[in-house]
Amino acid sequence: MESLGNVIMYVIIALTIIVFSVLAVTTKKILRSATYLLFVLLATAAIYFQMDYEFLGATQIAVYAGGIVVLFVFAIMLTHKPGEDAAPLTSNKRILGLTACGLGVILCGVALFGFAKFASKSLPSMDDFTIDKLGQALLSTDKFGYLLPFEAVSVLLLACIIGGVVIARKR
Amino acid sequence: MPLSSTIYVLAIPFFMFLFLGLVGVKMPRKITGVIGVLGMAVTTVWAYAIAFTYFFGNGEGQMLDGVRQQIVTTDWTWLSFYADKLVVRLGVLLDPISAMMLIVISTVSFMVHLYSLGYMSDHDGNPEKGFQRYYADLALFTFSMLGLVVSTNIFQMFIFFEMVGVSSYLLIGFYYGQQPANHASKKAFIVTRLADLFFLIGILILSFYTETFDFKEIMGANGHDVCNAFTSAQGLTFMGCSVTGWALTFIFIGGAGKSAMYPLHIWLPDAMEGPTPVSALIHAATMVVAGVFLVARMFPLYVLEQGAMDIICVVGAFTAFYAAAVACTQSDIKRALAFSTISQIAFMMTSLAVSSAKGELIGGHEAGLGYMASMFHLFTHAMFKALLFLCAGAIIHAVHSNENSKMHGLHKYMPITSIAFLIGCLAIAGIPPFAGFFSKDEILVACYEKGIGWGLWMSMVAGMTAFYMFRIYYLIFFWKKHEVHGEHKPKDQPWTMTVPLIVLALISCVAGFVPFGKLVTWDGVQLETHLNLPVACASVGIALIGIGLATVMYWKENPLPDKLATMFKGLWTASYKRFYMDELYQFITHKIIFQGISKPIAWFDRTIIDGFFNLLGNVTNSASFGIRKMQSGNVQGYVSYYIIGAVLLAAITGIVILFV
Amino acid sequence: MDLTLLMYIVPSLIMFGCGVYGFITRKNMIAMLISLELMLNSVDINFVVFNRYLFPAQHEGMFFTLFAIAIAAAETAVAIAIIINVYRLAKNVDINQITKMKF
Repeated sequence: MESLGNVIMYVIIALTIIVFSVLAVTTKKILRSATYLLFVLLATAAIYFQMDYEFLGATQIAVYAGGIVVLFVFAIMLTHKPGEDAAPLTSNKRILGLTACGLGVILCGVALFGFAKFASKSLPSMDDFTIDKLGQALLSTDKFGYLLPFEAVSVLLLACIIGGVVIARKR
Repeated sequence: MPLSSTIYVLAIPFFMFLFLGLVGVKMPRKITGVIGVLGMAVTTVWAYAIAFTYFFGNGEGQMLDGVRQQIVTTDWTWLSFYADKLVVRLGVLLDPISAMMLIVISTVSFMVHLYSLGYMSDHDGNPEKGFQRYYADLALFTFSMLGLVVSTNIFQMFIFFEMVGVSSYLLIGFYYGQQPANHASKKAFIVTRLADLFFLIGILILSFYTETFDFKEIMGANGHDVCNAFTSAQGLTFMGCSVTGWALTFIFIGGAGKSAMYPLHIWLPDAMEGPTPVSALIHAATMVVAGVFLVARMFPLYVLEQGAMDIICVVGAFTAFYAAAVACTQSDIKRALAFSTISQIAFMMTSLAVSSAKGELIGGHEAGLGYMASMFHLFTHAMFKALLFLCAGAIIHAVHSNENSKMHGLHKYMPITSIAFLIGCLAIAGIPPFAGFFSKDEILVACYEKGIGWGLWMSMVAGMTAFYMFRIYYLIFFWKKHEVHGEHKPKDQPWTMTVPLIVLALISCVAGFVPFGKLVTWDGVQLETHLNLPVACASVGIALIGIGLATVMYWKENPLPDKLATMFKGLWTASYKRFYMDELYQFITHKIIFQGISKPIAWFDRTIIDGFFNLLGNVTNSASFGIRKMQSGNVQGYVSYYIIGAVLLAAITGIVILFV
Repeated sequence: MDLTLLMYIVPSLIMFGCGVYGFITRKNMIAMLISLELMLNSVDINFVVFNRYLFPAQHEGMFFTLFAIAIAAAETAVAIAIIINVYRLAKNVDINQITKMKF
């Protein structure tokens, strides 16, 4: 039995995610779309906090909400004139989109409710997952050590920095 | 000179080939020619030293109880198959015939090298284009031919057989800018290749049963003790003949291709498109006797196979007559000489084949008379036929034509050439004391021993030989006054061309006195030869009749030849057209093989096989064109397809999991 | 009332559906990118939730998400660089205008 606060928290999170996801893909103004995305990302961070992964939640806020959304806003500012609306959608595209989305959701839903038994499990308890342990795991080469992906990601990020500069610079 | 140094006789020409072919092209033409001649001179001296050591020296066990031994001086294992059961070696085998061939090849080759210095230059002495290539090819040919005669095993012989074919191809097609030369070289190569295919089959059959390639292992030392595997294989029959008979016949076909035996002779007259010294070296003196040499090399086996011998005998006798008949009417002097060559080689073949007339006396002496005669004739013929060809070359070089209608009456202008040619004619006609008389006389004796019919037949051919040779001689040097065109008078050629003529003429005069019976016999035992007086008188008589007839008809311009030609018009035309052999080949290859076999196969290939693959390609192509609209460049379209595909895949997986 | 696994997955599923819909229907490339972020984010939630509910002893899902966030950041940076470049060339960011990469 969860505490009432948690349940209320959950309801807020779920509603935020659902409502702002839908709004993010339907609104006509592109800057608003980015803003709605920010709310969805924050709600996601809240889920991570509820799951007791504080570091992950903090990363989510810092990278996504703080980095990526700001990047989006900059991009929008650079590529749009103020007050410009997104062009209206064609109907056949909307039908195609709805069909693909609906089919996917229905299929996943069917699969999910097929496994409803273990999906209805309540939250188990977890050892205290401290930053200390996380750091050890990230830089260890043992089992459940993540040094290799860590290094790979660092190389990837370097490549992205260079790539981004090369692609976007003025010729 | 130690016999073990025989290998250098081969090595020098091979080195010359590499040197002239790779380095020579960068050097002045004249210098390469001189280098080639000097290299060949060294080879010749060396070969003479080896041959004389072999024949007259008495160390190194070359004579044992009066029997001249075969000596293997070099022996390398080249390939060994099948757990060393079947080994291909490369080596040097010295025995009477290979030692004799060393002399023949090196002499003629040296003469031709020297002669070519003059022949391959214009009248101002400037060598023509491709001079270096010419000398390189000559060196390659000399190397291959020397390698052929000293082969220790039949496989090595086959390799060198092919190599002489290649060098012959290169030299016939020397003037590759001219279409006839190209056709002639192709023809020569294809015909001899076809024959060599049979040779290879023969080798395979023979070595399958004897399980070796080595001559010594198959035939034993000096041709005695033919191995048991061979004699037991004789008992096996295939289609009514023994398998060894088949093998030896196939090997003979290979030799017949190189030696231009009927009906594989068609390439040799065309091969005269090459430079004349090449004709003298390859197509008169050395390469064309490779077939005779091959049969001689395997003679101890042929003796045991009378069937194969009979085939050789018939083919040889017929070819001798056929070629002589054709030679009587040819107007191109080189072609006439080519047919004369065919006829003379057929003489050698026949002589080899009748050699087993007393087949039951395999250990005996008389069996080897024809063999000895054949080798003797090979030797003398090489000398005088090279002489004749080189004379012809001198004449052609002087008048720039092969047709005897452009010559006539050259005796006044080219006396040295004329006398040399006369000596060659007398030698080939068999007039004593010139070389041809002795060797041909031995051949005729051997033929009469086989049977009176064979003897008469060959005597008749000998008479025809005298006739056609003197016909050519008179038509070139007499008949009527030479019509001089412009300022340019024909004259004797420079010393480089005249000296070989004189040397070869001298050899032709004295070569008959070489005691061949003491030197070259099939079993190494010395053979006592004596002049068979009736046969000798008869052959001289018939030769004189031939010469007399030629003198009557062709000495001075007269209407008699034309009258005879119109009287026997059909026969004359048939002979002039070589009895339509080329047309027959043309018909068989073009009408039957090309039309009847190749065309349907080509049709099948083009329509069925190509069609199938074209169909595959076209279907793929049109299908791609059909679906290419899907590549719209619209990313969202791709995503939709992707999602629908993923959903379908998931649905199918789900259904399969649920219901299977 | 228990907060079950399912209750976290359903919003995530809806978020993913919205992402798909937006990606297919949007014309603006930046808007498409936003939809893409939605889909990525829903997947991240799935990793974490499954990890937390089913295998609380290990933290693979959590680490996976951590790396996914890093990669998503990189991807977005490059994508926006490309979009800006395209805008420079074509003066708009309409996906329908950029169909040069076909047959």
